[in-house]
Amino acid sequence: MFITLGLLGVLVVYLIAQYNGFVVLKTRILEALSGIDVQLKRRADLIPNVVETIKGYAKHEKSVFTEVTKARSALMGAKSLSEKAEADNMLSGALKSLFAVAEAYPDLKANTNFQDLQRQLEDTEDKVAYSRQFYNSNVLDFNTKVQMFPSNLIANVFAFKAFEFFEAEEEAKKSVKVKFD
Amino acid sequence: MTVYNQISENKVKTFLIMFFFILIFSSFFFLLGKYFDSPWGYFFLGLFISSISSVGSYFYGDKLVLLTTGAKPADKKTYFNFYTVAENLSVAAGLPKPTLYVIDDPSPNAFATGRDPAHAIVCATTGLLQMMDRTELEGVIAHEMSHIKNFDILLASIVAVLVGTLALVSDWVIRSMWWNRRSDSDSRSNRNPIFFVLLVISLILTPIIATIIQLAISRRREYLADASASLLTRYPEGLARALEKLKQNSQPLNQATSSTAHLFIDNPFKKKSASFFVNLFSTHPPIEDRIRILKSM
Repeated sequence: MFITLGLLGVLVVYLIAQYNGFVVLKTRILEALSGIDVQLKRRADLIPNVVETIKGYAKHEKSVFTEVTKARSALMGAKSLSEKAEADNMLSGALKSLFAVAEAYPDLKANTNFQDLQRQLEDTEDKVAYSRQFYNSNVLDFNTKVQMFPSNLIANVFAFKAFEFFEAEEEAKKSVKVKFD
Repeated sequence: MTVYNQISENKVKTFLIMFFFILIFSSFFFLLGKYFDSPWGYFFLGLFISSISSVGSYFYGDKLVLLTTGAKPADKKTYFNFYTVAENLSVAAGLPKPTLYVIDDPSPNAFATGRDPAHAIVCATTGLLQMMDRTELEGVIAHEMSHIKNFDILLASIVAVLVGTLALVSDWVIRSMWWNRRSDSDSRSNRNPIFFVLLVISLILTPIIATIIQLAISRRREYLADASASLLTRYPEGLARALEKLKQNSQPLNQATSSTAHLFIDNPFKKKSASFFVNLFSTHPPIEDRIRILKSM
């Protein structure tokens, strides 16, 4: 009788601990997710400045500007995580061709304002990458717990579902082809 | 060993070191009092000094360390790379951004201090900031971030203050004994010689004990922090290259003292450790070993 009660008590404590473990990890993931959003927004906010500065020197490179602006508005409008990832990768690609174009203008490269913007942009890119890494490592912890026995039983009961990873697609890793026309 | 084990181990060790410090320090003063014919008066003086410096080291250890090294706050504009890299890596580690300080010295080095991640400080020399490119700096800062995350900084800062106190007091005792012996050696010939011998032994032992404590806390920690840093940046090569540069530089850091030496990423005195015996008493693992391990990751 007492033994059964005792065992039941231990089981309840275990269940509570497992449940709370899930909640902690989930909260951390959501926080990491908002961290990514903050960095993506910072990055998007920098773009108009960069475009304006480069336009001052390289007016006729229209196709590159429209591509960057298009990618930026796609990023601003992205709702789901995969949309955001895709838009972010698109923006990275577009920015690469933009800076490749800028290479051809020595005056622009010597402009301190441009140098400063370039530095800031590189930094926000790092920030996006690191916040993505933090998010992904938390998702890894959570998803492992969701799938492993016996915590998977508890995840099932309380409907804790595996989160999606924020992936840098192949697109961003490929080198960018630059067209001069 | 996981990071979580490391955190609790560091907290327990901090408590134990404080406890034994107070115990040994007070008994040492008790012995000293025996020699000067008022054991309990000296005992309470010892208890007082050691308790104050233990509690003080917990709350003000970081500030004391900054004070002795002469560090100044770093602003974003002047130290853009330092500032932003620290920002980025704290995002990656999921920690609050540490307060950043800079030591104006050409010798490249860095350390972290503070009592927990919320009160953490990372400090780099201007020499380091000039010498390292962004990826190398990321490696160094990630190493310091790992010390913060593992609570190594708590233990290391407290040890710095306690070792400093010990050095100061034993220095003071030796001096006062020297003067006492000269002035009234014949007027008080009734002193027990056994206590004098004990006192001399403990005077010799205390700096050795202090060194051993410093050794025990710092060496394995450096390897662990290197490994965690690679996990954070996903690029062990960066830290390896930074360590390579530290190895090649032979300029010692003037602001470092023997009580703060173990805090730094690389031995600030820059003495080349060749023999086994020298390695045994060095606060830092051989830098070649660290580079080799990082390169094999």
